[in-house]
Amino acid sequence: MKKFDKDRLILGIAAPVLAVVGALIVTALVIVATGKEPFTAFHVMINYGDKTDSQVYILNKATTYYLAGLAVAVGFRMNLFNIGVDGQYRLAAFFAAAAGGAVSLPGIIQIPLVIVTAMVVGAVWAAIAGVLKVTRGVSEVISTIMLNSIAGIVIGYFLQGGRLGVLDKSANMVSTKPLPSSGHLFNFNTTGGPVDGFIVLAVIAGLVYWYGLSRTRFGFDLRAVGRSQSAAEASGVSVKRMVITSMLISGAMAGLVGMPTLLNESYDYGTDFPVGIGFTGIAVALLGRNNPIGVAVGAVLWAFLERASNGLEFEGYDKEIVGVIQGVIVLAVVIAYEVVRRYGITRQQRQVGAELAAAGTKEKQEVAA
Amino acid sequence: MRSGTVHALVGENGAGKSTLMKILYGMQKPDEGTIAVNGEQVSFGDPGDAIARGIGMVHQHFMLADNLTVLENVVLGSEKLHGIGGRARARIKEISDSYGLGVRPDVLIEDLGVADRQRVEILKVLYRGARILILDEPTAVLVPQEVDALFDNLRELKAEGLTVIFISHKLGEVLSVADEITVIRRGTTVGNADPKSTTTKQLAELMVGSELPSPETRESTVTTQAMLTVQALRMAEVDLDGVERVVLDDIDFTIHKGEVLGIAGVEGNGQAELVEAIMGMRVPDGGTVVLDGQDISQDPTRKRREDGIGYIPEDRHRHGLLLEAPLWENRILGHVTERPNSKGFLIDTAAARRDTERIVREYDVRTPGIEVTAASLSGGNQQKLIVGREMSHLPKLLIAAHPTRGVDVGAQAQIWDQIREARREGLAVLLISADLDELIGLSDTLRVMYRGRLVADADPATITPEELGSAMTGAASGHLEHDRDPAAAAATVGSEDTDGSATSGGEDR
Repeated sequence: MKKFDKDRLILGIAAPVLAVVGALIVTALVIVATGKEPFTAFHVMINYGDKTDSQVYILNKATTYYLAGLAVAVGFRMNLFNIGVDGQYRLAAFFAAAAGGAVSLPGIIQIPLVIVTAMVVGAVWAAIAGVLKVTRGVSEVISTIMLNSIAGIVIGYFLQGGRLGVLDKSANMVSTKPLPSSGHLFNFNTTGGPVDGFIVLAVIAGLVYWYGLSRTRFGFDLRAVGRSQSAAEASGVSVKRMVITSMLISGAMAGLVGMPTLLNESYDYGTDFPVGIGFTGIAVALLGRNNPIGVAVGAVLWAFLERASNGLEFEGYDKEIVGVIQGVIVLAVVIAYEVVRRYGITRQQRQVGAELAAAGTKEKQEVAA
Repeated sequence: MRSGTVHALVGENGAGKSTLMKILYGMQKPDEGTIAVNGEQVSFGDPGDAIARGIGMVHQHFMLADNLTVLENVVLGSEKLHGIGGRARARIKEISDSYGLGVRPDVLIEDLGVADRQRVEILKVLYRGARILILDEPTAVLVPQEVDALFDNLRELKAEGLTVIFISHKLGEVLSVADEITVIRRGTTVGNADPKSTTTKQLAELMVGSELPSPETRESTVTTQAMLTVQALRMAEVDLDGVERVVLDDIDFTIHKGEVLGIAGVEGNGQAELVEAIMGMRVPDGGTVVLDGQDISQDPTRKRREDGIGYIPEDRHRHGLLLEAPLWENRILGHVTERPNSKGFLIDTAAARRDTERIVREYDVRTPGIEVTAASLSGGNQQKLIVGREMSHLPKLLIAAHPTRGVDVGAQAQIWDQIREARREGLAVLLISADLDELIGLSDTLRVMYRGRLVADADPATITPEELGSAMTGAASGHLEHDRDPAAAAATVGSEDTDGSATSGGEDR
């Protein structure tokens, strides 16, 4: 059986590699079309992205993207498309920041309080979509998009002076009351700058994701629903309950997305808090095949490309090139996975047939002899 | 094969019949070898090429649009041939009359029975100018009377010089309709047979190299201890047009320990709903289900499974397997809370894998290993895996819906043996099948389901498939007595001596 595993591994890696190579080719063509030389551009990207401070930047960005990728991947594993990670993490980070700023407790309580608040808010926000799907049959795609927009409005309402916001007159910026210093999470100081301590929690989240899905009864049920809803139902899984539970988990995971920024960098939620990471998470989850290690690779790649775009700008290239690369990668990934998946299935069927036929002839010969 | 003949193709499941047909119909490309039609070598890129060469295929699962009329279904996709109006209608009439198909062009498909739908499928193929017809297990969905009618149609086609390729598992039927028989096993032709001088036994031996299995149950193991009692089960369903339809109407029955209750009926008369209501996958409007003295009417599916209901689903792809998951994960499916699959809240992958190896061995699942996906196994082997899985948890009640459908003769015998053996140890079985021989052979008690009701009961020791068939179409009801029932008797003139010699298996209620 080892042989099958090895082949499957090769097939599994083939898809993302194919996708990235395909994307690079398309990008090279685009650069050529703008009248510039593509190989220098790639060279610039690699050189710039390889610097120490770039590495730190990439790690910190990737931590955030990784969490977003996991949040989306939980949904994907059971065929739920949680587009709402974006709204969930913003709302979660906002209320967590407000709660953390309102109290001043020892760090050992303060930090967990902020994290738990974020997870609960994210989970509740995501659960709305789950409940709507189960009770009213509303597609989670539609409802989560709507909820993203509503989340933005809710934040806009509360993030005003006199409500949950504090107006900074000098910068003309509104933000929540900053976290007390007990609410600051540790950093790893390196020559390239501080690496967010939250990276440790991101790794733990990845481990929990892997263990929960592949080793527990619950994870088995969840994956069964993803593979065949009818078979899962017949096997005794309550699909409705599973939809709500997995939305809760996905939302809680989304709640963590804003935490590296909040606990390690900004210490408050202001109008400049990063947006759109939820959508990056979708791309990263797709790129990583919902696999905890794959998602990590996807997150790092994404962060690298973003960093590299700055380098391109310095050298006189259009930084939008990176946008093109990212877009093409996602497109190529989706196509490559489907091609490789189909190829894998027919290949295995043929292999099984061939092995059984071989076994059959042997049997026959034995009988004849 | 020569023109103007019916050529039967028989073989075990996974022998390569379907693959061969797909190649003939252009759905798959051969690695090597040639096909010649009328002496001319051809190669098909897609079904269109095959149709152009006069080859038509009637699939096992009908490809008809329910909400269109017969005429619309026939012209769909070949509007260019004779238009969509009067000319098409005239052509359909002409084909229908010349082959005695009796198709009415303006009826909606949804109003037609299975046999009529099949005739529409045949007409559809003829309309496209086919001279060679491929029929893939055409009798699987028909009752005996309908099978006879189909065979009459086939003889008409043959008389007009058309060639029919007939795929079937049912050897008796093959012998009665075919002019020539080709037997294939594991992808190669193992022999040809002349139906006039061959018996089903010989044919089966050619197919599997073993004896023809018999579903007959020898001794009765029925006890008086009720295992499953279903009372006043009712279910109504709103269909697409918003009309409420009663799918289960006051269903009452009891299955005792060691008893096999067989339910006969044309598909779509409420059997699937009954199974799903007992499994807890659908909520009935009323009635109670009692398993081993415990009312499980309100329990969720998982609880019912843990309490000892084993389930061999009708559609194994939809309800029995995760096709893209490896075999050992499929072994866990449905029993995730039970040993050896899990310990507490954790999956015990090592134990599950070991136990999958055991099932593969004991139930003769032909696979190179347990890491391959379920989709890569043939239908019969998938079914053996399911049976093995369900039996491994020592169920109190086994719900077996078409347990041997699409399964080869060898596997069929094995599955029957397993059901019989478990029954001896006190298993209660609810058996639903379209194979009347299987029903009569395995069951201790027979009930007939028609339009959501249990309309008739019969003693499997004396009943014939023909008598059962007439009750299935609603022509007979009540207690089917072999001699007294006039409708049934009329259908079986001259077959009195064919009764199974099965002994006291029956128990009338």
